[in-house]
Amino acid sequence: MLVYVIRRSLQALLVMFVMSILVFVGVYAIGNPIDILINPLADQIEREHAIAALGLDQPMWTQYAKFLAGALHGDLGRSFVHSTPALGLILERMPATLELALIAMLIAILLGIPLGLWAGLKPHSIAGRSIMAGSILGFSLPTFWVGLMLIMVFSVMLGWLPSNGRGPTKDFFGVPVSFLSLEGWRHLILPAINLALFKLALLIRLTRSGTREALLQDYVKFARAKGLSNARVIGVHVLRNILIPIVTIIGLEFGSVIAFAIVTESVFAWPGMGKLLIDSINLLDRPVIVAYLLITVFMFIVINLLVDLLYSMLDPRVRMADSKG
Amino acid sequence: MTSAAAETPFRRIASDFADSRIAVFGLALLGLIVLMAIAAPLISPQNPYDLAQLDVVDGRLPPGSVSADGATFWLGTDDQGRDMLSAIFYGLRISLSVGVASTVLALALGLALGLTAAYFGGKIETLIMRIADIQLSFPAILIALILLAVLGQGMLKIIAALVAVQWAYYARTVRSAALVEKRREYVEAARCLALTPARIVFRHILPNCLPPLIVVATVQVAAAIALEATLSFLGLGLPITEPSLGLLIANGYQYLLSGKYWISFFPGIALLLTIFSINLVADQLRDVINPRLQR
Repeated sequence: MLVYVIRRSLQALLVMFVMSILVFVGVYAIGNPIDILINPLADQIEREHAIAALGLDQPMWTQYAKFLAGALHGDLGRSFVHSTPALGLILERMPATLELALIAMLIAILLGIPLGLWAGLKPHSIAGRSIMAGSILGFSLPTFWVGLMLIMVFSVMLGWLPSNGRGPTKDFFGVPVSFLSLEGWRHLILPAINLALFKLALLIRLTRSGTREALLQDYVKFARAKGLSNARVIGVHVLRNILIPIVTIIGLEFGSVIAFAIVTESVFAWPGMGKLLIDSINLLDRPVIVAYLLITVFMFIVINLLVDLLYSMLDPRVRMADSKG
Repeated sequence: MTSAAAETPFRRIASDFADSRIAVFGLALLGLIVLMAIAAPLISPQNPYDLAQLDVVDGRLPPGSVSADGATFWLGTDDQGRDMLSAIFYGLRISLSVGVASTVLALALGLALGLTAAYFGGKIETLIMRIADIQLSFPAILIALILLAVLGQGMLKIIAALVAVQWAYYARTVRSAALVEKRREYVEAARCLALTPARIVFRHILPNCLPPLIVVATVQVAAAIALEATLSFLGLGLPITEPSLGLLIANGYQYLLSGKYWISFFPGIALLLTIFSINLVADQLRDVINPRLQR
């Protein structure tokens, strides 16, 4: 097990290193940073001074080495627009994104698993078919357009909920959050539903197919033959066995919820790091783009690593296969 | 020809496909949408990008309004007095061509890399499949966003970004199918006949790997169209001169808060129906083509 953990961690480090090169080359080397960083009215001498000061006259690998050394010390450069460290800017926006992603994931889990279970237990009933048709629809709805329609119905037509922003926040162990106040919830609920929709559809389908397969297994037939109550057969024998793959998917999908938050945050002007990324791309604020990408890649690698380790603990066959290959 | 010979794989799939009424409905709807996109210049009430035909006086009219010169705007107009129905026909054209073009190119690239990996094995296989694995562990939208932030806007650039995020799905699918086929006796027989590797791969292995690829490709066309719309909505996809459905929706965003819903609403419905119909077809194709479920 320890060998497996070390192997996977080294792999993760390698991926992180390769990604840092790709991000660096992509953002700093393609396109001309000189045109963006230096005042276009500057004369030739001023330009050369500025190029030297920014280190842009150095060979590519020296520039990368400087960038990497800075990154390892937590210095990812200063934002051109905000004139503050890019890393700080991202970390400041992170709680808003994480809160939104967590609430969205909770909505998807609390609705998706019961609905999927129901559709799996009664696949031919009207309710079962409607849930499945609804989930295909959920897959087909473009997230950003659903966001707009939620704003149209609940903010513009009915006037029940605010259409943008985060509202007042309260501190929760020093982190500003929205979920502690009613006003915060009023701002939170529409973007959270918007972000949850796609994952809800996914969880419904997963739970349904898992349930249908589990119901055909011998241990379920045996549990029924023992005369156990229906609630116990479903709650203990079926649910517990389908939860293993579902938990894995939830773990893996959390990363993609954070990525999709970019879209939802842009629609609802939610002040998270996804909206910061889009604003930075539009303003060509390169240090912030690089910081966002590196932090997100890091989060993904950590999530993937944790899910892999969790899975190898739940299912020893994975570990065996990997150490052999 | 005897009746047994008439039972071709294509006919079997077609008749199995027709068993699901909702899938047939999806296919009909998709056919109608494609037809509308192809015939856009013929069926549009106006050419929405010919400035001479636009009149700012007609700007932001609600659906069903009648213009100054007597034409009816069934779905309303946008801020420049453009008929939304015509704009949607033209937008469908752009969205569908980007989706199909990127899928075909990604399919070709993924197919080539996947078959190479499966046939030759060894280090080439490890390298190709590791890159695919790493890429698939990140969400498509994040990779496309990074690429477009670097490349900038444009039709070819967004197609390149969509190909870059999609090839790995095909490479993985075709590799796993080809690995199974490679061990079959007919491949061994072909080797004994001393056929060239290229001939074995393309004439013998590839046709037998196609069924799962067709399903993946159908799903991916829908995903590509949705992704292009999302990126264009965020202002990173197509430029304003090539208004896909995503850009039409983005254009209506600012008028939504004042209750002028139709500028965003109708292009969104067109986008939704396109993706929904493709997904309905893909869902049934998956069941029909899957050999494990064959009766």
